[in-house]
Amino acid sequence: MIRPALDQIWQWLDQVPDPEIPVISVVDLGIVRDVAWKGDTLEVAVTPTYSGCPATSIISLDIETALRDRGIGDVSIRTQLSPAWTTDWLSDKGRARLEEYGIAPPQAAGGPDRCPHCGAEDVERISQFGSTPCKAQWRCRACLEPFDYFKCI
Amino acid sequence: MDDTLFEFLLRQGDNTLVLGHRVSEWCGHAPVLEEDIALANTALDLIGQTRMWLGYAGEVEGKGRSADDLAYLRDAWDFRNLLMLERPNGDFGHTLLRQFLFDAFQVPHLKALEDSSDPRIAEIAAKSVKEATYHLERSRETVIALGDGTGESHARMQAALDLLWPYVGEMFLSDEVDTDMAQRGIAPDPASLRQTWDKTVTQALTDATLERPEGDFTHRGGKTGEMHTEHLGHMLATMQFLQRAYPGATW
Repeated sequence: MIRPALDQIWQWLDQVPDPEIPVISVVDLGIVRDVAWKGDTLEVAVTPTYSGCPATSIISLDIETALRDRGIGDVSIRTQLSPAWTTDWLSDKGRARLEEYGIAPPQAAGGPDRCPHCGAEDVERISQFGSTPCKAQWRCRACLEPFDYFKCI
Repeated sequence: MDDTLFEFLLRQGDNTLVLGHRVSEWCGHAPVLEEDIALANTALDLIGQTRMWLGYAGEVEGKGRSADDLAYLRDAWDFRNLLMLERPNGDFGHTLLRQFLFDAFQVPHLKALEDSSDPRIAEIAAKSVKEATYHLERSRETVIALGDGTGESHARMQAALDLLWPYVGEMFLSDEVDTDMAQRGIAPDPASLRQTWDKTVTQALTDATLERPEGDFTHRGGKTGEMHTEHLGHMLATMQFLQRAYPGATW
């Protein structure tokens, strides 16, 4: 059996979209922690974003499907809790794509630095929670548009 | 089987499960959409944490019971949650005040568990503490806003505080399970968390213009399973109905 190189596998995984925020990949999100061959089995370590995030099981399924489509039949997905996921692991590419998509990327300051629609810095929080566990709701006071902010944890 | 470890894990998982279910009862009923979403998200975090605690509990027990089995197929007397968490939600302010009183305990508790001698517990705690910290931030702000709000909201928050106060002491009670956990470096003695809790709660109540009730009387029996309130059985009747009526149902 041919075992594709790990670099190649990371590239394939970088094409698997996050099911709830499809503009970024599961690799951009920083939840794929390790990829390694154990004999003829490909072991992929995935960490959940939030412990109750319903997308977690879909993500594992999507990863498995994507790898099977590339001819890797023997895939084992391992859930890894530690170290706990942090938004520091979002890739720069992912952060840029989030903003283009209208979601303000996480900031260490605890809130978005600007509106992802018009770029104005005059923004206010509507709710600490949002449409998915990883987001909060904010609003721009300049263009008046509401937007999602990717919570910083 | 490690009986005390199993018992300890049930207590953790049952706290998050019962509170998570109670909070989820708000889904579709909260006063405004943003709060509805916030409550549903909080519930989701708590249920996710439950899966980790009860999943581990099932492994420690070694009888092949999954987190789902433990959640859906145990009766009221097998539950080990704090009495405060099984009580009905009351109004929105009461729900958020209960959340705050628990969050103010849970955050220092989880922080201490991050240093547990049991690596699996340390992992679960490290994952959960981020979510609990976020919950505390929100429940604290909401309690202050409602306490220091209108005459009506203030009166309701004070009434909720007076009602909940005789339940807070149970969080800090220690029994032989806690002593064993503390001796083995697995978990802190709950009594050691009281000072941090007092500081957080006193400050928030002051900011909320709420009066801290007097007296140290506490209801007890939820955490040990000795005696639950009548509310838990009703809650389980709803929560467990599907798995009881249609065993093993999946979709």
